[in-house]
Amino acid sequence: MIFLTRRSTFSASHYYWNDGWTAEENERVFGRCANRNGHGHNYTLEVTVVGEPDAVTGFVVDLKWLKDVIEREVLAAFDHRHLNLEVPEFAAGKLIPTSENIAIAAWKRMEPAVLGAGGARLSRVRLYETPEIFAEYRGEK
Amino acid sequence: MSAVGTERAYFGRRVGLSASHRLHSNALSVEENQVAYGKCNNPHGHGHNYVVEVLVGGAVDPETGMVVNLAALDGVLRAKVLERFDHANLNLDPLFLNQVPTTENLCIAVFELLKDAMPVGELEYVRVEETENNFFEYYGE
Repeated sequence: MIFLTRRSTFSASHYYWNDGWTAEENERVFGRCANRNGHGHNYTLEVTVVGEPDAVTGFVVDLKWLKDVIEREVLAAFDHRHLNLEVPEFAAGKLIPTSENIAIAAWKRMEPAVLGAGGARLSRVRLYETPEIFAEYRGEK
Repeated sequence: MSAVGTERAYFGRRVGLSASHRLHSNALSVEENQVAYGKCNNPHGHGHNYVVEVLVGGAVDPETGMVVNLAALDGVLRAKVLERFDHANLNLDPLFLNQVPTTENLCIAVFELLKDAMPVGELEYVRVEETENNFFEYYGE
């Protein structure tokens, strides 16, 4: 088995807010991230797929194909967007766009395309919100 | 909030700490120490800008979208690791009185100090980077 990782970057804005809570509660739990005017990050997305190298090409997957999947399914929706206002998963009353939830959303957006291609499967999505803060999803329930 | 959010994910944090150490084993002779540790055995020690990376696994809380709150995790890292080791001489720490403060052993020590102190979730691994080119990971195995 070979694990292959493609790294991409995107820039987006967001804020953290739970509509079920009071403003004070949101500010206590989320701190500066609860500022409703939003703030932004330069995110780094690492997508890892796992599989056996093809006997003919030697590839687990064609990196150009994987790059296209990431760009089409994730970057086109997230890059230079306000995640709360422009990405359906993070609309008011839905998921809070934390790094954990962004990693999970990216996984779910890519999974059909990766599974549909046969061969490799997603192994890990890691999202860096800063170089020192990141979240990871491995498809576990 | 959405019912979605029962996935298991991981949250990672990287913090820097600067400390000095000297690699010297009481079980070895002066000459053997020099052979085993080279420059790292120099009598007055030396230091590194270490990076400690921790990964915490757990269910994504549907209320917060988080595995663990960053401020809570930072509080634990500060209390258990940074206040103990940052700007300290590792050889003088009680944990290293009878153990050589290699980065392997520092990595295990940090894991042991943190494993029962997580605000929520489980400590997946501790990585300690001694320089940009050398790093060590411990999964508690």
